[in-house]
Amino acid sequence: MADLNSLLASETASAEGTLPPEALPEPRSQGKLVLRKFLHHKLAMASTAVLILIVLLSIVLPLFWKHNYEDSSFPSFAKPSADFPLGTTQVGKDMVAQVLRGTQYSLLIALTVSILATVVGVVLGAIAGYLRGFSDSTISRVTDLFLIIPQIAAAAILAKVFGGGSWYIVALVLAAFAWMQIARITRAEAMSLSQREFVDAARASGAGTFRIIFKHLVPNMVGSITVNATLAVAQAVLAEAALSFIGLGVQLPDTSLGRVILENYAQLQTRPALFFGPFIVLVLISLTINFIGDGLRDAFDPRQRRMKA
Amino acid sequence: MRSSSLNLVIYILRRLAISIPVLLVGTFLCFVMVAGTGDPLGELRQNPTISKEALAATAAKLGLDQGIVPRYFTWLGDFLSGNWGISIAQGNALAPVAPKVMAAFGVTLKLVVGAEILALIIGIIVGVLAAVKQYSIIDYLATTLAFLLFSMPIFCVAIVLKNYAIEINGWVRDLGLADILGNPWLRTTSPEQLKTDGVGDFITSTIGAYLLPTLSIMAISFAAYSRFQRASMLEVLGSDYVRTARAKGLGNGRVIFRHAFRNALIPVTTLFSVNFGSVLAGAIITETVFNWHGMGTLLVEAVSKNDTQVMMGWLVVIASSVIVANLIADLMYGVLDPRIRVG
Repeated sequence: MADLNSLLASETASAEGTLPPEALPEPRSQGKLVLRKFLHHKLAMASTAVLILIVLLSIVLPLFWKHNYEDSSFPSFAKPSADFPLGTTQVGKDMVAQVLRGTQYSLLIALTVSILATVVGVVLGAIAGYLRGFSDSTISRVTDLFLIIPQIAAAAILAKVFGGGSWYIVALVLAAFAWMQIARITRAEAMSLSQREFVDAARASGAGTFRIIFKHLVPNMVGSITVNATLAVAQAVLAEAALSFIGLGVQLPDTSLGRVILENYAQLQTRPALFFGPFIVLVLISLTINFIGDGLRDAFDPRQRRMKA
Repeated sequence: MRSSSLNLVIYILRRLAISIPVLLVGTFLCFVMVAGTGDPLGELRQNPTISKEALAATAAKLGLDQGIVPRYFTWLGDFLSGNWGISIAQGNALAPVAPKVMAAFGVTLKLVVGAEILALIIGIIVGVLAAVKQYSIIDYLATTLAFLLFSMPIFCVAIVLKNYAIEINGWVRDLGLADILGNPWLRTTSPEQLKTDGVGDFITSTIGAYLLPTLSIMAISFAAYSRFQRASMLEVLGSDYVRTARAKGLGNGRVIFRHAFRNALIPVTTLFSVNFGSVLAGAIITETVFNWHGMGTLLVEAVSKNDTQVMMGWLVVIASSVIVANLIADLMYGVLDPRIRVG
């Protein structure tokens, strides 16, 4: 708080013109303030580091790893050793290679889901919240429709319709049932923002609906959109794993961490590494993303002023 | 002026009326997708010993010779008059759908209701404790646990619990408790054969059967509820009217329970309603791990066998339960917060 007071004091002083310009603190944009707060959030920064490490490992390590994920020429159920750090599967594939490939696909699916769901949710929510009336009630009913049909049932049906199992079909199905929360939040925010003077000013200066929504409303919601898009990635990782686990998700030749767990969880009692390998990676991914989301929420929240200037 | 209870009834009816078109569109879309993508008689058609005439007669009997849209309206008409149709999957001997779906829903509901009530109670207690003792060890422990559970896929929790159940059953045997608790005590499969010959046996065998699936479903719900309760409790504790209450000289307990707690419950109620669909989905996955014959097994079976009638019954029951859960949550707002009056 002392820092804030001194900041305020120096600003007042500068208004009176008593301080030379070089003594003033550098003016900070909203974006810089948020970034600064996020960089000071220890847990979020540690999580970012771990997540980046996982992403890099899943992309780079397979290029150098001694065993190919397709190679099933190894002994069945080899014990964890220097050669096979997590052991081998029943058909004699190296588990590390399986986990790396599963991580790639899980991340790819989750990222796709989050991007699609955020775009759909923000567009529909902003339109409903700004235009009100008929558009709002139509969009709200559609949102209700998607909320009452369980994602799992829709995924089961759609997987059959598309003859499914490719990673992008699973991603599309998950995204189709992941946008509603973002739409609801965006709608509420668009409703309250559209009462503000800057929207009136934009309308008075001749801005059209499209321009007001995407140039004036959406940029002002960037905080909640970023936070919810981040959390959507974590939810998508878990949702994909669950779908694949009950056999309605990713099918061969594609894979995912959920599928790797499905293939190996029966060995938990006798060969724990085959279960805990993919399980720990899965939990680490969703845990770090949740922590990052939490850090972003704190960073975007103007009421939180714990950061040092 | 209308009485408030009449207002309430009108509100409930209006809410249910709004849901009807949503349900109709939802069932229509699912009907088109399920009925339009597979032939329930596909397996029979492969069988050379069944004549084409017999197949055509069966198709006509089941209404399969008509287009999708007329079939939907036939189904809807039958459904509304209480006839949910018959299961056409092989091996079910044309069993009626309604008892089949209801039995499965009963299994799932038994699991969900207990787990959710426990998760709510424990989540609220932990959330309030963490907020009142912010930045204490309790707070850090609760936060860590909540984040961990929240980031864990429910089926992995179930798998791990199932695995350790085998060891716990071993301890129960070693300690000589098997006679009292049952052998094995913790069940990792469907609880269809509960002991009912004595009250004590009934209680221990019920706990043994329900403990693990309930814990799995509770894990994630508890995490979400405790986080929400903590956040809203912190917000309320920092509000002006709580400061006023303290300034008046009220004791800490009275401030927390009479003034803060009630208002801090509102966000958790919202979460409960929004969450209900995903809790059901979680239960469906938990059932799969523990081999319970609930809505999860039924869904997978109906989809894989193109059993349109079962699928539709499934959908209507699940969707209706989500609608009712939302309605209950909205009514709870009015009870919790006098500023919100439904009607």
